[in-house]
Order: sequence, then structure tokens, then C-alpha cells
Amino acid sequence: MSLIIIIFLGIIMIAAAVLALYLKNLVAAIISAGVISLLASVLYLFLAAPDVAMTEAAIGSGLTTIVFLLAFNKIRSDRED
Amino acid sequence: MAKRFITLLLIALLAYMFLPFIVEVDETSQLNRVAEKYVTAGPLELGAANLVTAVIVTYRGLDTLGEIVVLFIAAVGIGFLLRKPSKKKIAAPKRSSSEILRTGSDFLIPLLILFGVYIFTHGHLTPGGGFQGGVVLTSAALLFMLSNTEARFNKQLTEVIESVSGIFYLIIGILGLILAGGFLDSRFLQLGEMGRLFSAGAIPIIYSIIGIKVGMELIGILEKLRKEEI
Repeated sequence: MSLIIIIFLGIIMIAAAVLALYLKNLVAAIISAGVISLLASVLYLFLAAPDVAMTEAAIGSGLTTIVFLLAFNKIRSDRED
Repeated sequence: MAKRFITLLLIALLAYMFLPFIVEVDETSQLNRVAEKYVTAGPLELGAANLVTAVIVTYRGLDTLGEIVVLFIAAVGIGFLLRKPSKKKIAAPKRSSSEILRTGSDFLIPLLILFGVYIFTHGHLTPGGGFQGGVVLTSAALLFMLSNTEARFNKQLTEVIESVSGIFYLIIGILGLILAGGFLDSRFLQLGEMGRLFSAGAIPIIYSIIGIKVGMELIGILEKLRKEEI
């Protein structure tokens, strides 16, 4: 049962990674990259590594996404000048 | 055409490289020697209920110090890159955040701070530790930034707290060198009873310091990125 869930999560992660590359809307691409980390943290939880899962969820999917969004916002506002 | 062919070839090579991980993997039923040493000696030597923390803070304490340094260098690099203020132009009056966001964050921020502090003070008992707790603290600060668009964090204060906790981390490391087995050895305090909050030597103190340092550093990064945004 858990093997099926792990394979399912892996497939969604690959799909999200491909989406992050091909999406034209950059904000959507950043969110999609964050989804990969979120699913990875669920995967770590299934593999009995709660410490790594917490790190991945907090840093990978939370903070990195925010930093990317802020940097994207900065680039966009600089370009408009 | 040739470019696409090369790309496909590289992907195929990469897949071939990773094939053994799928085909030849067999579940190990016993720990390897290093892991066995940690599992048997860790609880006796350090008294930490969460063995991962014992490994991160004490056995591999120098690596953790390295990670802290890497994070510090990243923060310094961001500060260096963004040092030049963007052109002075009168920013459009900021749209204040919505009522829902403000009320929701007023409710959530204290809980998030409490949860972050819980994570890093209980690092030796439950999963998580300094880095995770620090990031949770940062997320509380981020929510505050989103709900109060005009408010600013005092840059000096975050930097001073961060530097002081960094210095304390090193002082504790040197105390371990003098009073116990080696640099960052946490056994210079009493081990206490396993499973209690005040146990496992200096591990809770070290992880609290790391949590405060990481939190302040990341708040500084977010504040630098947010500044001068329009």
C-alpha cells in the first residue's frame, strides 16, 4: 500500500517538475517548484524520516518559494523602470 | 536536431547511471557499523531521546557549524548584492492588506512563534530542531510582513541577536573542548533523565541558539529582499 503511494507521489513530483519548466506564467512555475518540495516532504515522512521531512516542508516548500517570489517581484519592478 | 539528440543521449546516460539504484537495491536488515555505534552508544553517552539530534548537534557538530556558516555567507551575499538601493522614486502608496489577512495573522502569529520555539527547544526529544524551528519563526515574521505592509523589522536588532547567538554557539563549542571530550561536545552539563526537557547536556541550549540565529538570519534576508519593493 505504501509502495503505491510512494510511486504515485513520485509521478506527481515528476509532473510538477515538468510543469515548472514549461509553464509560461513564472509565478505558477515557482508554485509548481514548491509543490515538488511539499510532496518530497510527504515522501520522507513515509520513509520514516520526520526530521528531514520537517526541514523539507519548512525550507524547501515554504521559504524557498517565498524567496523566489520576492526575487521575481524585485526583478519585475526593476525591469519596469 | 543534433542538440536534441545530445539532450536525449544525456538523459539516457543519466537513466543508465541511476539504474542500479532501482535494480540492485536490497533492503538492509541490519545497520552498518557507524550507525550501529551511534544507536548503541548515543543514548548512553548523550541521553538524547531523538538520536538524529544527537548526531547532528554533537557527533557531527562541526558539520552543523559548517551549515550555519554557509547560511551566514548566503545572507551576507544577498546583503552584498542588494546593497545598492534601487532608483529613488516615489513608490505608489501601498495597498494595505485585507481585513481577513490581518485578523487571521493576528491569530496565527503567536501560535507560530510558540510552535517554532517548541520545535527548537524540544529538538532532543521530538523530530525537528534549530533549523526547522528557525524557519517556523521566520514564517511568523513573514506573515507579519504580509499583514503590516508598512512595518519594518529593526535591521540592527536582528543582526545583533544573530551575531550574539553565533558567538554563544562558538563559546559553547569551546566550553565542550575544555570541560568535556572535544569541540562542541555537549556533555559538560549533566545528562539528566532521558526524555525530560532539561536533559541531554547542552543539546537543548545549542539547538535553541541555532534556532534563534537561523530565524534572525532568514528574517534579515526577507527584510532585505522586501525593502524598496514597490
